[in-house]
Amino acid sequence: MSKSEVKQKSPLIEISGGANKDKRATVGQILRWPVTNVAILAVLVVCLPLALNSGFHYHLAVLVGINATIAISLNLLMGYAGQVSLGHAGFVALGAYGTAILSTRYGWPVPLALLSSAVGAGLVAFVVGRPILRLKGYYLALGTLGLGMIIYLVLSNEVWLTGGPDGMAAPVLELFGNRMTDPKDWYWLVAVMLVLVFWMSTNLVNAPLGRALRALEGPEAVAGSVGINVPWNKLLVFTLSAVIAALMGGFLALYAGFISPSLADFMHSIELVLMVLIGGLGSVVGAILGAAVITLLPQVLTVVEEYETLVFGLILIGVMLFMPQGLQPSLKKFWQRIKQ
Amino acid sequence: MSEFFQYLITGLTIGSMYGLIGLGIVLVHNASQVVNFAQGDLQMLGGMSAVALLSAGLPLPFALMAGVLAGGLAGLLMFKFTIEPAGEAGPLALVIITLGVGLVLRGAAELTWGQSFYSLPTFSGNEVIRLGGVTIVPQSLWVIGMTAVVLILLAYFFNRSLTGKAILATSLDRDAAVLMGINTGRMQLVTFGLAGLLGAVAGVLIAPIAFTHSAAGLILGLKGFVAAVLGGLGSFRGALVGGLVLGVAESMMAGYGSSDYKDAIAYLLIVLILIFMPRGIFGGMSGERV
Repeated sequence: MSKSEVKQKSPLIEISGGANKDKRATVGQILRWPVTNVAILAVLVVCLPLALNSGFHYHLAVLVGINATIAISLNLLMGYAGQVSLGHAGFVALGAYGTAILSTRYGWPVPLALLSSAVGAGLVAFVVGRPILRLKGYYLALGTLGLGMIIYLVLSNEVWLTGGPDGMAAPVLELFGNRMTDPKDWYWLVAVMLVLVFWMSTNLVNAPLGRALRALEGPEAVAGSVGINVPWNKLLVFTLSAVIAALMGGFLALYAGFISPSLADFMHSIELVLMVLIGGLGSVVGAILGAAVITLLPQVLTVVEEYETLVFGLILIGVMLFMPQGLQPSLKKFWQRIKQ
Repeated sequence: MSEFFQYLITGLTIGSMYGLIGLGIVLVHNASQVVNFAQGDLQMLGGMSAVALLSAGLPLPFALMAGVLAGGLAGLLMFKFTIEPAGEAGPLALVIITLGVGLVLRGAAELTWGQSFYSLPTFSGNEVIRLGGVTIVPQSLWVIGMTAVVLILLAYFFNRSLTGKAILATSLDRDAAVLMGINTGRMQLVTFGLAGLLGAVAGVLIAPIAFTHSAAGLILGLKGFVAAVLGGLGSFRGALVGGLVLGVAESMMAGYGSSDYKDAIAYLLIVLILIFMPRGIFGGMSGERV
């Protein structure tokens, strides 16, 4: 059985096509195990270095990996719970700054600083999530945007703590006595994180909580009437996605060695949303695909540097007009047409 | 006390601009249910075009008018090439499309004018007016006065002209409007054009006081959106008052508090208003904002 066949059977795709009562259910049932998807991703991640032949390639792969993991976390919120966030970069920045500040200014051990910042960002999300998640549609977008911008402003103005607009240095992560400075080492660390988060989110999506979340995409009254605690589930997934984003933000800080408030700015939030949308809302595979496109696009566009903003904008419009479902479902459809 | 009035007049000037941007956002939102994140970029385009035409040798009044028309044209093109083809796309896709349009405008402006800061000459000299301890730059009066004129024209347009009434009908109930024989697509096109005009008016009015540059649009658009939501995202008057409230609050924050956190006011205000008064400052208290 070809790999694409496996992908097609994946539970991620079946979700959207509710009418997809497959005749080949016996094969489908086995492949519905998220383990299969995780294994495929793990194999891909292990094989990828064969195609990476310079430090710069590894560097790009690390960035894609970090962004993909953040995109998966945002996709849990946007794709499955149907709640948009235009302030997700704020949580990435909280994790990054928390890690850098606790370790350099207060001398905490780096791993402890990393974990505490992730938990801290989770607490922030938990506290502000309740009132903000009562909002819907454009209002939720604006509320989360406001939250992200406030985080951005605090980071750029509290110079004594964050170094202000000039940014601040982050320490080097030491793992098993190894100073992590080589992108190759980071590749494996990020790969493990990506596979773990992928595995966790595919499981979550298929667990009772995941099904409760998907019910939130539809009318909330319906979800509520079948006994789903709507506000609590929304809050839970909001907090979870903030924790993952902050954790990856912390890793990003440790990898880059330097952070600036632009991590929290509106454009960064938009980029994260785009990764999810371009890949395909509600598809974990799509989130990875989208992260790769958005991360690598500026690298390609540097060739036409002065056109970068223009081309970026045109691509956004084009994707939304011609592939409103995102890349992953469109590619899937395309593949099916070829096969027939 | 004179200090207070000084901040007030500054706030009202900036607030008028936020109000005009908010007005454009409300106009489009009512007719098409699209929140136009490119509204700030339309404003930038108006200001920048006027600057460019002025330096190309056009007399100031003509450059201003041409700048405003450029904004209107951009609004029309935006609807024709991005919003109309999107059809019945969801709100999220539309947000992304308008953000994309904003980036295209910004990118085009960067290509044409670079990333420097530009400003227009003031419309009527730089001699300040002193009232007690308060100094007023004449341009402030231009901004506030022209905003009032625009409002009166808009009120006239919506209450008296057939097109205006057709737009209102489209905003209230699109299906019913279609049944009444209104070409709702045309009306949506007109609102985008109007929004472009409004944005560009704000752009040329403020360009003599605040510098304009290619990347200015995004933040201005966000502030306009905040103004619109303060007013309940639906009412013209609400958007304008929301803009004034935001402008004055920012100016007071910069004066009495910390100017570093001037911009935070907008976002703090929005989070608080959304949570505690989801229907805007003129609506009643209520639970969820749908």
